[in-house]
Amino acid sequence: MGQIQLHQVSKSFGATEVIPPLDLTIEDGEFVVFVGPSGCGKSTLLRLIAGLEDVSAGQVLIDGLDATKVAPAKRRLAMVFQSYALYPHMSVRKNIAFPLRMAKLDKADQEERIAKAAAVLNLTDYLDRRPGQLSGGQRQRVAIGRAIVREPAAFLFDEPLSNLDAALRVGMRLEISELHKRLKTTMIYVTHDQVEAMTMADKIVVLNSGMIEQVGSPLELYLRPRNTFVAGFIGSPMMNLIDGPEAEKLGAATIGVRPEHIDISKTEGIWTGTVGVSEHLGSDTFFHVLTDAAPEPLTVRAAGEMALDYGARVHLTPRPAQVHRFDANGLRIE
Amino acid sequence: MATAHSRSAARIMMAPAVFVLLVWMLVPLSMTLFFSFKKFLPLRGDSIGRGLDWVGFANYARFISSSSFWPSVVTTLLIVGGVLVITVALGILLGILLDQPMWGQGVVRILVIAPFFVMPTVSALVWKNLFMDPVNGFLAHVWRAFGATPVEWLSQASLPSIVLIVSWEWLPFATLILLTAIQSLDSEQLEAAEMDGASSPARFFYIVLPHLARAITIVILIQTIFLLSIFAEIFVTTGGAFGTKTLTYLIYQRVLESQNVGLGSAGGVYAIILANIVAIFLMRIVGKNLDA
Ligand SMILES: Nc1ncnc2c1ncn2[C@@H]1O[C@H](COP(=O)(O)OP(=O)(O)OP(=O)(O)O)[C@@H](O)[C@H]1O
Ligand SMILES: [Mg+2]
Repeated sequence: MGQIQLHQVSKSFGATEVIPPLDLTIEDGEFVVFVGPSGCGKSTLLRLIAGLEDVSAGQVLIDGLDATKVAPAKRRLAMVFQSYALYPHMSVRKNIAFPLRMAKLDKADQEERIAKAAAVLNLTDYLDRRPGQLSGGQRQRVAIGRAIVREPAAFLFDEPLSNLDAALRVGMRLEISELHKRLKTTMIYVTHDQVEAMTMADKIVVLNSGMIEQVGSPLELYLRPRNTFVAGFIGSPMMNLIDGPEAEKLGAATIGVRPEHIDISKTEGIWTGTVGVSEHLGSDTFFHVLTDAAPEPLTVRAAGEMALDYGARVHLTPRPAQVHRFDANGLRIE
Repeated sequence: MATAHSRSAARIMMAPAVFVLLVWMLVPLSMTLFFSFKKFLPLRGDSIGRGLDWVGFANYARFISSSSFWPSVVTTLLIVGGVLVITVALGILLGILLDQPMWGQGVVRILVIAPFFVMPTVSALVWKNLFMDPVNGFLAHVWRAFGATPVEWLSQASLPSIVLIVSWEWLPFATLILLTAIQSLDSEQLEAAEMDGASSPARFFYIVLPHLARAITIVILIQTIFLLSIFAEIFVTTGGAFGTKTLTYLIYQRVLESQNVGLGSAGGVYAIILANIVAIFLMRIVGKNLDA
């Protein structure tokens, strides 16, 4: 079991309020991702749940029981830190065994759990090394191993992949998702990388300066962003946000169209413009087109390879069904 | 940059320093060795000009067979050991306390470090006259306030008193090194241990102490070098009486009080041997922390 509820939880450091009162429910077995720009309070929120930071007001409930005043160790949560926080003077085996030793489990039981965790995480060959003799990805796995042997009610990850290179990140992302499918334990995962959020989450919580902007499944956030912040944050490349006369034509203060929802043509279209930089990825081509619709260039995606010269004149047409409309406060208009 | 040319240039540049160091070390060392094999009693008319008699190992035999020799070695080791234990233990404690956020942290840190700037002679005098004096000392007043007879610290508890004084002088050094080591501990490691269910004593023994191992090693090695040769504190307080005669002090007495340079030099060579034994011993126990 691992249901976590935040009830009017807020946090201030001295006079600065980092997290204004917020409510959030994380269901048992869910993979929840906290995502938001740097400094928006993701780590702080995670540390509040872990108990490493005291809440300024409000309640943290774990499985329906008030855990606000409960010590971190007693909350049955395991955390994986961004810096891994491995114990450098202990071997991998001792690192993984540490929570078990602290819980005074008997030796045979410890060995069994360590062997199981090591097998799951491909660490069996490294058990007698020290953390300093491991690669970044292996250290990451040791940190996860140390978390899973405790069989916690929920896992907390604070940007666990941000120190890894791009290829390894994709691999570890899959491994963590795999682990979640296998263990079916609640996981809370903090990241500022929206690709990680979209690919891993059952539920995404978008944070902005400590406030929850939207909670929903990745697809919900993609299809129906509640406001311009979420619209701009979720999706890669970023959604084109256009205000001014073009938005007013559709009865909105701002309209948003994703790059993949604009058709590009050399002959006809609603907006005309000139091609700026093009990015060729092979599978897709992204064009930055300066139009009369907006002062900023619009990003447009064309599937597959397409060649357009720098400065070429093109016509763009947004697909009407996929244009998002927002009012003057940035909120979505249905 | 490690070309043959730059290496030879480096060698030439370093030569003067190396030369000075060698002279600095080798001249006194060879003079000590030289005198230790000679009969040299300046007050009886011996002088280098007139030539000194070669006496072989007689000085060595006499020094080691003196009834003061072994007690002085034991005293030396007791003082070194006692001071090391006290400074390391209290240094860790103070380091942890000073690492806690508190009001006036900067001032407190400077105050803690201050004793290190007091000259050994001065601090020994302060302790002797202001604290440990059986009539007017601060401790005597405290004892009398409780109706007890004041302790004559430097005669009744001479060795512990000297250990106390020397520890007071060296505690700032230990605290300073250990504090910086404590500050370099990654706080996420402590938080991880906390989440792993480690109580605060367990966090200390499993995380903080291993992290400090290298700093403790350095404190022990450096302090040992200086503590083996403490002199001023003994000279000022007990003058070597009441079982506080260390090897250094014994050598001083032989050379200056008995005016026997040959005998003192032989003692000096014994002191070098003792220092090396202690150094090898310490390296064996704690030195392995330095690699890794
Ligand atoms: N101990 C502290 N004292 C004062 N302010 C703090 C403290 N810890 C965090 N903050 C502030 O709280 C805000 C949120 O910090 P937090 O670490 O939660 O951000 P984050 O969303 O995790 O960012 P990142 O993606 O860069 O890790 C920041 O503005 C930060 O300056
Ligand atoms: Mg963070």
